[in-house]
Amino acid sequence: MQRIYFTLPAAALALLPGVAQAQALGDRIDSIFAASTGWFVNLIFASVWGVPWIVGWLVIAAVVFTLYFGFIQFRAFRHSIELVRGDYSDPNDAGEVSHFQALATALSGTVGLGNIAGVAVAVSIGGAGATFWMILAGLLGMATKFTECTLGVKYRNEYEDGTVSGGPMYYIKKGFAERGLPLGGFMAVMFSIFCVLGALGGGNMFQANQAASQVEAVVGIPTWVTGLTLAVVVFVVIVGGIKSIARVTEKVVPFMGIGYVLVAILIILMNANMILWAVGEIFRGAFTDSGIVGGIVGAIIQGFRRAAFSNEAGIGSAPIAHSAVRTKEPITEGFVSLLEPFIDTVVICTMTSLVIIITQQLLIDAETGRYILNDAGRIATASGATDGVPITSAAFGSVFGWAPYALAIAVILFAFSTMITWSYYGLKAWTYMFGEGRNQELSFKLIFCVFVFIGAVSSLGAVLDFSDAALFAMGVVNIIALYFLMPIVKRELNSYLARLRSGEIRKYN
Amino acid sequence: MSDKFVVGYDGSVSARRALEFAVERAKVQGGTIVLAHVLEWSPYSFLTPTELEERHKRRREEMARAEEALTSTVVAELKEAGVPVKVVIRYGSIADLLCKIASEVGAVQIVIGREGQSALEARIFGSVAGALVQAAPVPCTIVP
Repeated sequence: MQRIYFTLPAAALALLPGVAQAQALGDRIDSIFAASTGWFVNLIFASVWGVPWIVGWLVIAAVVFTLYFGFIQFRAFRHSIELVRGDYSDPNDAGEVSHFQALATALSGTVGLGNIAGVAVAVSIGGAGATFWMILAGLLGMATKFTECTLGVKYRNEYEDGTVSGGPMYYIKKGFAERGLPLGGFMAVMFSIFCVLGALGGGNMFQANQAASQVEAVVGIPTWVTGLTLAVVVFVVIVGGIKSIARVTEKVVPFMGIGYVLVAILIILMNANMILWAVGEIFRGAFTDSGIVGGIVGAIIQGFRRAAFSNEAGIGSAPIAHSAVRTKEPITEGFVSLLEPFIDTVVICTMTSLVIIITQQLLIDAETGRYILNDAGRIATASGATDGVPITSAAFGSVFGWAPYALAIAVILFAFSTMITWSYYGLKAWTYMFGEGRNQELSFKLIFCVFVFIGAVSSLGAVLDFSDAALFAMGVVNIIALYFLMPIVKRELNSYLARLRSGEIRKYN
Repeated sequence: MSDKFVVGYDGSVSARRALEFAVERAKVQGGTIVLAHVLEWSPYSFLTPTELEERHKRRREEMARAEEALTSTVVAELKEAGVPVKVVIRYGSIADLLCKIASEVGAVQIVIGREGQSALEARIFGSVAGALVQAAPVPCTIVP
């Protein structure tokens, strides 16, 4: 084990002179990748009547689950809060994983750059109206998360040494077998493959890439330095088991998230006289043509896209985290998990969007009342920024001068915590396919750390596109499984609600 | 019914003194010692996904280790001295649980040592002794 610690810095030093050549090599890799995987990316992100079908797939699934479970996200909201508070937690279970801890860990995976940068992109393409559709999609997605996390707990593997493994690969295999459906094993493997690719791409390379470019933009540190630092820190945490770093991050990130929301609320309150106008802009953009490319449909697409990408409802990642909770009632994890899309999309994403709108980053032509578009077809911004984080940075920075720096730090920390969480998801998929064991775990973790570095230093557009596509392919397999398995969840739900009403389920507080 | 004395025990020197104090009282009155060992834990902390997965296993290990440590040392001594003793190991916040345990077993007193944490910690976060004094359902004895 010690030997690995010594060889890694040596390998890193050996890499240094080759960085310039690495860039050229990176471009070659990119084009090879584009040629060989382009068909897959185009398949996943193909548009049907102007709407990317994968977004439609996720949103339709959310609508189906919302209706099938009778608007469970609204009916059970209060109960979810009570569960997270611990009102229904048996004191004898103290010391086990609590509902709050499972929720916080899953959230640390979904709250990330999407909430800061992705929202800015969505709003710069779709206008303020995208916010409305984003909130709607977030509310609908709560039902999808509810379904998948219930199944995640119900069909997990519990080993004698006390550890647990759960997730879509387990509930697809076991659930299909239970219902007598074929192809369960095959679909579970397909899901695992996409999960590994998604973990390496969207959960790793994309995060490293954005964090490194942010650091370069604000502080000027070259991307390979950030990349190497991140790779080493991630390595130390997931391979070396140096939990203290992860623990610090896990504590800091929630506070940064809360701080982010508080600062956003502060900015909104400071512009209190503009709140009604901002809300008006949102509705105006949502239901009338405000001058963006694509009109109302454009706003809808951008809003749905952002929600789907951000809260991961239906992707199948959250069930992996939630499966560890000690509970006799799988449905309680479903209730707890439906708070995630709410917190991630309806609260945090909306905050970002409101700040951008209320600080008037989106330029409107005073005479026509329509958005001014730049050459790329996006809305021109007050700061001239066109990329995700710079727009958000400018929005916050217009009120608080120190905000861009705080945001850069937040971006790195959010990226890091997302990487740690997704390394775990990818690991679970890897060990599902190749078996549990130290060598299998170590091999995946090493690959993961290498990709952190690669992601940071490259503008590997095609590679990132492929891994994004893999992430959404997870959603295709997962949701097919959810459609077949949802009657099982319904049974659990009805049984639990009946017992709750009869008082059989104890409230401890 | 013999009187029950809840002793908050964390293995420290201070807790040792508290235990001795309680044992003396128990011997005189023919009472029982309820040895309460609280493993500090909060349901509102933040864990990494790996910690989540391993939590159940770790909890079992921690409880087993605590039980083994207590039984082989303190409990053995007390048994030799002829004092009836019961061991309670729980997770949570120390002051809260001591109060709960006292209520559950119907104790007549809670006995703890005064110094469990560093003085600075006690000043900022409040000491267990301070919290107990305010919230306990039974008389408390703080042994210096």
